[in-house]
Amino acid sequence: MTASQFPGAALTAEQWRLVEALGASLNPQQARWISGYFAGLDSGLLRGGVQAGAAPLALPSAAAAPGTRALTILYGSETGNSAELAANLAAAAREQGLDPVLADMGEYKTRKLKDEQDLLILISTHGEGDPPQPAAGFFDFVESRKAPKLPNLRYAVLALGDMTYEHFCGAGKRLDERFEVLGGSRLRARVDCDVDYEEPAEAWGIEMLAMLAADRVDAVPAVATTGAMVVPAPQPAAAASAYGKRNPFPATVIENMVLAGRGSTKETRHIEISIEDSGLQYEPGDALGIVSRNDPALVDSLLGALHMEGDAPLTVKGHATTLAEALADRFEITTATQRFLDHWGELTSATESFSAMSSAERAEFLHGNHIIDIVRAFPLQGIDPQRFVDGLRPLQPRLYSIASSLAVVPDEVHLTVSPVRYALHGEPRSGVASGHLADRAPVDSQLQVYIQSNPHFRLPDDDRPIIMIGAGTGVAPYRSFLQEREARGSNGRSWLFFGERNFRTDFLYQIEWQTWLKDDILTRMDVAFSRDHAEKVYVQHRISEQARDVYAWLEEGAHVYVCGDATHLAPDVHEALLNVVEEQASIQREAAEEYFRDLQRDGRYQRDVY
Amino acid sequence: MDIPPTDRSHDISQPLERLSPDETMKAESDYLRGTIALGLLDRITGAVPGDDIKLMKFHGIYQQDDRDVRDERRRQKLEPAYQFMVRVRLPGGICTPEQWLKITELACAHGGDTLRMTTRQTFQFHWILKDSIVPTIRGLHEVLLDTVAACGDDSRGVMATVDPQFPALQAQMAALAKQVSDHVIPKTHAYHEIWYGAERVASSEPEEPFYGRTYMPRKFKIGFVIPPSNDIDIYAQDLGYIAIAGPDGKLEGFNVAVGGGMGRTDQAPHTYPRTATVIGFIPSDRLMSVTDAVMSVQRDFGNRADRARARFKYTVDDKGVDWIKAAIEARAGAPLEPARPYEFTSNGDRYGWTESDDGHHHFTIFIQNGRLTRPLLDALATVARAHKGKLRLTPNQNLIIADIAAEDRPAMEALLTETGLAAANDQSVLRLNAMACVAFPTCGLAMAESERYLPDLITKVEAILAKYGLEKEPITMRMTGCPNGCARPYIAEIAFTGRAPGKYNLYLGGGFHGERLNRMYRENIGEPAILEALDEVLGRYAAERLPGEHLGDFTIRAGIIREVTEGRFSND
Ligand code: SRM
Ligand SMILES: Cc1cc2nc3c(=O)[nH]c(=O)nc-3n(C[C@H](O)[C@H](O)[C@H](O)COP(=O)(O)OP(=O)(O)OC[C@H]3O[C@@H](n4cnc5c(N)ncnc54)[C@H](O)[C@@H]3O)c2cc1C
Ligand SMILES: Cc1cc2nc3c(=O)[nH]c(=O)nc-3n(C[C@H](O)[C@H](O)[C@H](O)COP(=O)(O)O)c2cc1C
Ligand code: SF4
Repeated sequence: MTASQFPGAALTAEQWRLVEALGASLNPQQARWISGYFAGLDSGLLRGGVQAGAAPLALPSAAAAPGTRALTILYGSETGNSAELAANLAAAAREQGLDPVLADMGEYKTRKLKDEQDLLILISTHGEGDPPQPAAGFFDFVESRKAPKLPNLRYAVLALGDMTYEHFCGAGKRLDERFEVLGGSRLRARVDCDVDYEEPAEAWGIEMLAMLAADRVDAVPAVATTGAMVVPAPQPAAAASAYGKRNPFPATVIENMVLAGRGSTKETRHIEISIEDSGLQYEPGDALGIVSRNDPALVDSLLGALHMEGDAPLTVKGHATTLAEALADRFEITTATQRFLDHWGELTSATESFSAMSSAERAEFLHGNHIIDIVRAFPLQGIDPQRFVDGLRPLQPRLYSIASSLAVVPDEVHLTVSPVRYALHGEPRSGVASGHLADRAPVDSQLQVYIQSNPHFRLPDDDRPIIMIGAGTGVAPYRSFLQEREARGSNGRSWLFFGERNFRTDFLYQIEWQTWLKDDILTRMDVAFSRDHAEKVYVQHRISEQARDVYAWLEEGAHVYVCGDATHLAPDVHEALLNVVEEQASIQREAAEEYFRDLQRDGRYQRDVY
Repeated sequence: MDIPPTDRSHDISQPLERLSPDETMKAESDYLRGTIALGLLDRITGAVPGDDIKLMKFHGIYQQDDRDVRDERRRQKLEPAYQFMVRVRLPGGICTPEQWLKITELACAHGGDTLRMTTRQTFQFHWILKDSIVPTIRGLHEVLLDTVAACGDDSRGVMATVDPQFPALQAQMAALAKQVSDHVIPKTHAYHEIWYGAERVASSEPEEPFYGRTYMPRKFKIGFVIPPSNDIDIYAQDLGYIAIAGPDGKLEGFNVAVGGGMGRTDQAPHTYPRTATVIGFIPSDRLMSVTDAVMSVQRDFGNRADRARARFKYTVDDKGVDWIKAAIEARAGAPLEPARPYEFTSNGDRYGWTESDDGHHHFTIFIQNGRLTRPLLDALATVARAHKGKLRLTPNQNLIIADIAAEDRPAMEALLTETGLAAANDQSVLRLNAMACVAFPTCGLAMAESERYLPDLITKVEAILAKYGLEKEPITMRMTGCPNGCARPYIAEIAFTGRAPGKYNLYLGGGFHGERLNRMYRENIGEPAILEALDEVLGRYAAERLPGEHLGDFTIRAGIIREVTEGRFSND
């Protein structure tokens, strides 16, 4: 946990002595009560209701009436991290005798917000500083003028994010600030987590629960008064299996081939993985997590650039290992973070040149220079390997939408993967996981996998019409949807909009869609190939061309899905859909936006974009 | 005159349901419209649906797929790499530089940077994707070219001798070929509607006054030849006209040859190639009426029940030459005169510079198998831009830069040298006299490689010829990827027809100028056996031939192969 994450309480030496003395005299129960007391004091201070140094008697009401406050753990999650943390936190809370309500922002009834008392928020950031898809409606409400005043609310925000993005933890910051504006008081300052969120998140949880439990030492369990739906921990599937994110299943690759035809500008792959005997289950819409390894050749190059030996001993999170092993599967060793830049700058004498850069220049520099490039450009000999890895981030699993249905291929997971390839400094480079899948995952090899449930990308009832919109690998979940619908004999209509570069080579799963069309499993399909003609055509253009029918389907209750690229596809498609409704219903822009907010709230507009 | 009675159980007099399904398809196509226009709009597939594939042939368009990737695409869950071959209708094989440049431009824009000059003197585009067909055809339209009936059960592209020996006759023949071609093409407005986007206009006139709803029983091929060149292989035409000039060198009329054709099927003895029979002479003014007469006899009496027997050559054999001649005379309203004497010396091209008696110069360029790719296309475009005369496609898949004025010759010579085209003819005599059909990867009927393999095989045969001192001997050698015979193999001295990848039938004994069919010498053999057989035959030829004796004649005289006297005996 870095200093910036926990702004230090700058105590005087005298104060610190008193705290230490007090601490030594407390039993655990008293300690919890004290921490709650100080938290309340803190939030009072933040609200400005209490003067610094004022008498403790002026504590906020909450601390004065312990045990009567309801606790809600509210999360917004897209790829499941916050959801999982929230579920664990709720379980831990129950163990401590608290009675939390666990709620997903995607399903939360916002009118109940005004009745909330204690709110622990876990929220990730997606897109460009945006909330996770399912939480979009919640944000709309909270950030609108309709949002209620929240004078009785005490809250704390755990923000998940990724430091390599410009708007680090943007969504968390927004909520944290907004609740303050609405009159809520912070239980503690927000904690922002990078991709290695596990430890800071756990510490945050322990601290928050300690604080709240202390509040209600003598409390009888409070009756849930909030309007949140109680949702089960969002890993029903994972729960059935012994395997999960931290304990992935060694699955066997049974097919790995290039799906794009000869001559394609793409290298999109179809990969089939056996999960036989794993107990892993998934539903259409879920993703597969891959715990990847770095390219051994890159590990060697990096060791060479560092003048370090691969068998140098090292300790990572208490485990003894070697440097080579650690670089292979413990750390991200491709893209560099700001932190790495600072770290390396300190180790070498390059701090000057790095800190002289503006933040835009730093971002630009990091884009063009990955770890190995920085090490090569600012070489250093004779440092302790441990010092080097201290600047690295842990290697994160990658998610891939599942392109199959267990109803058709029991024991298998199919993926559609577009390998990330680029060149830096004249060298070909590959994405960690996609490169691993493309280059080092031949048939019969093993991959460490787990299921990442996505309750916000689900097929509706069998007879409901669905409109599926996707480009490139974004078509993957729709293959899963149609396999499922075919197996179930669903009679709901379906319409697929698919986009890629070239008809001839990039029409992913072409024969399968054709067969589904012929068999009426798929009712309609519209395709847009952007590079076949001088004039570029994308899926949003096809949507506009079919405006009348798209609107008719919406009015007939169709569920709309969008999957694939987050930067262009999702906003452009959204815009096209807004226009369709504006034009077809002859309504204003705002009303069209309302239309989609309603759809979203009803779970009829679901997006899975990355 | 009446047509003598005959068995009519297989012809157009029968109800459709007694005939081959293709007859119903044609009849119900609304004069070749089908659902072509609709199928072009379907973005989910690069193909067109069912019957439209056949109907589009009448518009000069063949649906194909890249066979090199067929298997891998199936595994990749992609449909076959559908694409279209588009064949231009170019009567007599003559085009202007402007047309040449347009065609080159279209090939580079839509046709995978390649063009194919065919054995019937025209261009084929390959690799045209479905949504590029319309722009391709509209582009051709800009230079007054089209693809009408370049394929299908109709009268195909009309051939004519391009050898510049007799320029006046040649010009006359070219004009007649165009006239006949215009006369025999389908008249349906469908082509304009589908490809040019024309409106359909209601009319009380019959849409196809000659063809009717069911067109011909099968393809029908017409050609004009000017002896002594038999460059167009007159004996392979359904209807051939042999130009007969008077002592003054002026055209008097034509000997009429009927019932030629190449296609056969392996293991189907009722199918066979046939050399056309010369049945008489007509003065030139009877050309159109006799053409109508011959075509209408085939239209009305040709076999429409069995497509394998639907070509005119089988009608001629089934009815007998005398009956056919009588029927033609009845339709033409007058008897044919006795055939006039004529003589052919070769069916090959005369390479390099030639000068005709009108003072024009011509340069014939060897184009291996008629295949034009880059940078050859660019070199030829450079020439076309500078050229003031015409360009002629030869029936041997070569190109003549024709009608160069004497004063322009030095500049053209320099240009040919500069572009490297002057050196194109520096090839062995064997290579210059060889032809191969298209076959893989585009031809859907190919069983073995042809165009992509023959050049290698020739290199190996050249070594054998060198061994026996035969390098200067002109020998016709032709290869096709299947027994259909698109490079007219059955009249070559040495021929190969594909049976399976790497396997061919080997034929010997064809006439040097295309006058006699060859016979199968070895069946279904691979390269080592081919080379072994040729080594033996050519060794004997070198040792035992008479002065001036051609290989085909020699193999028969030496008893290496039995002469084929008539097509129907070629499988005996
Ligand atoms: C391009 C060409 C060969 C070449 O290397 O130049 C050609 C190519 C094809 N021919 Fe041919 N034929 C070509 C001249 C011939 C000739 C030679 C001639 O006419 O002088 C013949 C033998 C004469 C004859 O008709 O008997 C010929 C007999 C066939 C046949 C067999 C017909 C038969 O009666 O048995 C077929 C198959 C069919 O029609 O069923 C065929 C079919 C085809 C098709 C269209 C295959 C198909 O039906 O799917 C080939 C297209 C291949 C491709 O990818 O381009 N092609 N074809 C010639 C184009 C001529 C033109 O411009 O119109
Ligand atoms: C819910 C979800 C579902 C997904 N489904 C799919 C799916 O079905 N199919 C699929 O293919 N992917 C899918 N993804 C994306 C996938 O998870 C990975 O993000 C993707 O494969 C890249 O991971 P990687 O480890 O290969 O690349 P990384 O190692 O993470 O590399 C990506 C990084 O490389 C760097 N980089 C890339 N290009 C350049 C360049 N030109 N110059 C400099 N640096 C560059 C950038 O820093 C970039 O962030 C999904 C993601 C999510 C969140
Ligand atoms: C497509 C995509 C966009 C993201 N954009 C941001 C961002 O703008 N800022 C940020 O801090 N984190 C960003 N992240 C990182 C996520 O917030 C981070 O992975 C988090 O752990 C996800 O939590 P969740 O699984 O609960 O959604 C992004 C992640 C993805 C997949
Ligand atoms: S001979 Fe056969 S393989 Fe060759 S082009 Fe004709 S049909 Fe195709």
